[in-house]
Amino acid sequence: MRIECPFCGERDLSEFAYLGDADFKRPEPDAPDAEVRFFEAVYVRDNPAGPHDELWYHASGCRSWLRVTRNTRTHEILAVSFPIPSGGT
Amino acid sequence: MPKSAYDVVVIGGGGHGLATAYYLAKVHGISNVAVLEKGWIGSGNAGRNTTIIRSNYLLAGNNPFYEWSMKLWEGLEQDLNYNAMVSQRGVLNLYHSDAQRDLYARRGNAMRMHGVDAELLDAKAVQRMLPFLDFAGARFPIHGGLLQRRGGTARHDAVVWGYARAASDRGVDIVQNCEVTGFIREAGRIVGVETTRGIIRAAKIGMAVAGNTSRVAHLAGLKLPIESHVLQAFVSEAIKPFIPGVVTFGAGHFYISQSDKGGLVFGGDLDGYNSYAQRGNLPTVEDVCEGAMALMPAIGRVRVLRSWGGVMDMSMDGSPIIDRTAIAGLYLNAGWCYGGFKATPASGWCFAHLLAHDEPHAVARAYRLDRFASGHLLDERGVGAQPNLH
Repeated sequence: MRIECPFCGERDLSEFAYLGDADFKRPEPDAPDAEVRFFEAVYVRDNPAGPHDELWYHASGCRSWLRVTRNTRTHEILAVSFPIPSGGT
Repeated sequence: MPKSAYDVVVIGGGGHGLATAYYLAKVHGISNVAVLEKGWIGSGNAGRNTTIIRSNYLLAGNNPFYEWSMKLWEGLEQDLNYNAMVSQRGVLNLYHSDAQRDLYARRGNAMRMHGVDAELLDAKAVQRMLPFLDFAGARFPIHGGLLQRRGGTARHDAVVWGYARAASDRGVDIVQNCEVTGFIREAGRIVGVETTRGIIRAAKIGMAVAGNTSRVAHLAGLKLPIESHVLQAFVSEAIKPFIPGVVTFGAGHFYISQSDKGGLVFGGDLDGYNSYAQRGNLPTVEDVCEGAMALMPAIGRVRVLRSWGGVMDMSMDGSPIIDRTAIAGLYLNAGWCYGGFKATPASGWCFAHLLAHDEPHAVARAYRLDRFASGHLLDERGVGAQPNLH
C-alpha cells in the first residue's frame, strides 16, 4: 500500500500512522443529549466494507494530517487531501 | 436445502457458531437449529489463527470466562470424540524490564486468585527452558517470563470439524454456501433471515460472524462499537522439534510456536488500519520478522512458507460482546479482536446459554453490549477506544 501525499508525493505505507475514521466530530458538551452523542462519537463506527474516509499522519514525511479515502476491501487508495482545505503547511 | 424454519438460527459456521449449535443441542436440548455459513465451515478466522489456547487474563470480567474455555479445551476431545490435537505445551510471556516483571507478577497473581495456574520465571529458569533465545547482548534483555503451563495449542481445523460433526450428529443442520442478505422483521421483532438459499425463519437468531459483524449488523440497522482490522500470520518450512511451547516477545509484539508438522507458526501486531481484505502489507511483515530476530536469531535462515491475513472484529475496548441486541430476536456474539480461537468452546457455551435462557451465562456477564455507553469497559491493555492499539 502506498499513499500519494499531496505535499511529498507517493510514499510507502511505513511512513504513515493511522488514526481512524475521518468523520469524528466532537459533540457539543452542553447539548441535552451530550452523553449519547459522546458515546456514539467515541465508540460507534460505520466500519464499512468498501470506501472509507480516514485520517493518516505522514509521520516520516511532511508531518501533515491527511484525509484518505481507501477501499477497505482492496486497500486501493481512492483520494487523498488535506483535512482542512487551507492546511498542509 | 435448509428447512424453512428453525427454533434457532446461528449465522456463521466458524468455531464459535458451530460450538454454539453443539452446546444448544447438547446442554439445552435445542437441536432444531441451523448454522448458516456463507462459504464453507471454518473458512474464515477459524482457519486463519495461530492456534494458541490460554487463560492468562488479568481482569475479573475476562479471567473466569477464558478459564472456563480452558477447562472445556481440556475435556474437548473426549466430549466430541474427535482428535483436536489439544496440546498443553505451555505459554510463556517474556518480560524485559522491571516494570514489565511487576506487571506480569500482578497478572500472575490475579490468575492464581481465580484458580488459574501461573508461574513467574526468572531469566535463569527461562534460559533452562529455551536456551536458544538471545541471552547475550540482546537490545531488550530477557529478564524472565510469566508461564501458564496449561496453555498451549490446538488444531484449529479439527476444532471446526469436531464441533460440526458433533452438532450434526445431534440434529443440527449445517448449511454451507448460504449467505445472509437481510433480516425479516415483524412487529419490531426479527423473525427470520433472507439468504442466498431462500428465506429461513427462526424464533431466535444469533450472529457469530466475527470479522464481518458490522456488515451483517448493518443489515439489521445496527451500528456497533467495532472496527475490522487485518492481522497477519505466518508459517515457516518444517524443521525438527525446536520450540517446545508458545513464546511471546514482550519488548515488541511477536509470538511463536511450532506445529506438530514442524512449521514455525508466528505473528505479531495488527497492520493497524481498517480492512476487510484478508491480506496485509509489508511493513508489518518486516516488524514481525524483526521481533523474531530480536528474540531468537537462530531462526533467521528458516524460510517462510506462507503468510495470510484474517479480518479481526476489533471492539473498542479489546474485549468481546456476548449479549442481546436492542432488537428482539437478534443476539450478538462479536468483538473477539485477535483472541477468538482460544475462546471458541466458552464462546459457544455462553452464547448457547444466552440463546436458550435469554440471560447471560455467569462467566460472560461482563460482555455486555451496553458497557461502552455505561462506562463498564474491559480494557485489558488499557489503551482506550483505539482498536488498532489493542
